[in-house]
Amino acid sequence: MRFLFKTSYEQDLRLAKHGGHLFWYGLLGLALVVAPWVAPEYWLAQLTFVLIYAIVGLGLMLLAGFTGLFSLGHAAFLGVGAYTQAVLTGMGWPFALSLACAAGLSAAVGVVVGLPALRVKGIYLGMATLSFGFIVEEVFARWESVTGGNSGKHLVPPEIWGFKFESTESFYFLCLVIALVSTLAILNLLRSPTGRAFVAIRDSEISAQSMGIHLARYKTLSFSLSAALAGIGGALYAHKLQFISPDQFNILQSIDLLLMIVIGGLGSVHGAFLGAIFLISMPQLISLGKDWLPASIGQAPGLQAVVYGAVLILFVLFEPMGLYGRWLKVRTWLQLFPFYRKGLFKRQKAFQKSDRLK
Amino acid sequence: MTGTASPMTDDILLSAQNLSVRFGGVLAVNNVGFEVRRGEVFTLIGPNGAGKTTVFNLISRIYTPTTGTIHYAGPDGMLSLTDQPPHKVAGLGIARTFQNIELFEHASVLHNLLIGRHTRRETGLWADLLFTRRVRDAEVRAREKAEEIIDFLDLQHYRDTLVAGLPYGVRKVVELARALCTEPRLLLLDEPSSGLNVEETDDMAFWIQDIQHELGITVLMVEHDMSLVSKVSDRVLAMNQGEVVAMGTPREVQSHPGVIEAYLGTIDDVSNLRRPAGSAPARMAR
Repeated sequence: MRFLFKTSYEQDLRLAKHGGHLFWYGLLGLALVVAPWVAPEYWLAQLTFVLIYAIVGLGLMLLAGFTGLFSLGHAAFLGVGAYTQAVLTGMGWPFALSLACAAGLSAAVGVVVGLPALRVKGIYLGMATLSFGFIVEEVFARWESVTGGNSGKHLVPPEIWGFKFESTESFYFLCLVIALVSTLAILNLLRSPTGRAFVAIRDSEISAQSMGIHLARYKTLSFSLSAALAGIGGALYAHKLQFISPDQFNILQSIDLLLMIVIGGLGSVHGAFLGAIFLISMPQLISLGKDWLPASIGQAPGLQAVVYGAVLILFVLFEPMGLYGRWLKVRTWLQLFPFYRKGLFKRQKAFQKSDRLK
Repeated sequence: MTGTASPMTDDILLSAQNLSVRFGGVLAVNNVGFEVRRGEVFTLIGPNGAGKTTVFNLISRIYTPTTGTIHYAGPDGMLSLTDQPPHKVAGLGIARTFQNIELFEHASVLHNLLIGRHTRRETGLWADLLFTRRVRDAEVRAREKAEEIIDFLDLQHYRDTLVAGLPYGVRKVVELARALCTEPRLLLLDEPSSGLNVEETDDMAFWIQDIQHELGITVLMVEHDMSLVSKVSDRVLAMNQGEVVAMGTPREVQSHPGVIEAYLGTIDDVSNLRRPAGSAPARMAR
């Protein structure tokens, strides 16, 4: 068990609270940097996808996990980013500028989608964002002069100052840097007044308002930041696949994204990364398992959807805090060994809460 | 209307005139008017459903009055509170607590208090994203203020505990602390003693007196516990069924026939239960 001796308020503002954090995150960083020389190319490509999904996950985590607004149409923002990037780089714009435009356009669309969030919440907001997702997918398919319609659109590899990120390794590093910057931005946000306002809205809108938080402004802000990160993720996703079509940004993608952060652990930055690892590694595990299962099950279409659904149900029932929650328990068990109590993480019932003012 | 209604004297902090609220067919508050003076503890009492909390929600702009005006002496002079959007109220120096505790459950006590500093935030989104030196310094200043309040209300022990795991009595104090963190000029306390035991209620009484005398904050509260009311209040307003019944010192209001009637019913309701004069129990006579 570690006891921190605190001597200044600045100590609580640091990202790395103690030497252990520095050591382990340093080790993780080192592993990520040397990965291209160690891991086979296929695994490096998968790792790149983990980073891309983690960027999108960070955005959705900010929205759903920290502001309490669920979006069932997040793939639409991914798509807006991807198509913006495809169109702009296709016109010969530099990579960085197109990426900024992809993020900016997604954010602008996010503001528009955020408007119903000012009036509706919960399941109704889910329905509003869901239908928005369908509309955007349809636009991608029909607006053929720009998006290429259902036949899709090809992308050129990203290029910065004459350097082409063509190889798996170089593109991996590009994604790593962007993922790192996004993570730092989110961590900074969460330890500053803006992030606290988001958390306040999540936990009690009525008292957030009476603390002087402008609900409409912060909800819209959360939507636009979330959409911007999804747009950046979408742009990288498009470059990675080098080909995009409307069906990559459909309802299934949206559900995958939501599944990712719920399984990763709502309300934790780690959760976005753990969820992304889960989302990318699960299909691999399923295809490995296929050979062991009887053909009638193993070769059945929709096996992946069934497994995803089952895993989600199990998590909601037994580990609502997701993979990160599970990790916290394991870590506490190790720290307290042998004094871990079973009820240590038991969620306490909230005392009578007034529903009248909601 | 607003010109004639605005009060003349300087020691008035809040003045409500002819307030009425109608929810559908229910007249929750009917033509209520009162004035809160600077530095006093002003209490609203009344039986359940009298409209006390509705008056609170009018002042914190959760509801808009059907008729009537609320004037408040803000930092920049007298203004009409009913023209302000709800999120501006805290910035004008009006903080409140809730009857059924509305804390940020999944955040630590310290985090809750820091959210109370929101109206004093000095930095914008971009500075926050980069966590610049300015944000860092502002955070330390916010923390210093929060620690002052923690010291004031003896919450040191709970600083890093999640609110979700705190006992009811402590939550009540945390909510008070969060309101104080906004550095209010007017503090609205909605039943500060509800759900507290006798000791906790005594502590609450001391704190309200300290808030009034040491911090110089005007307190407007709704309260049922008459011993607490008479201990801390300078003036009391009694309401019943949305209307003002009596106003004055705690002693005056408590002995006002209209108040007794509101709480206990009319004299006719109990007169036939009385013993006839002269037939006192034998035990007493002896």
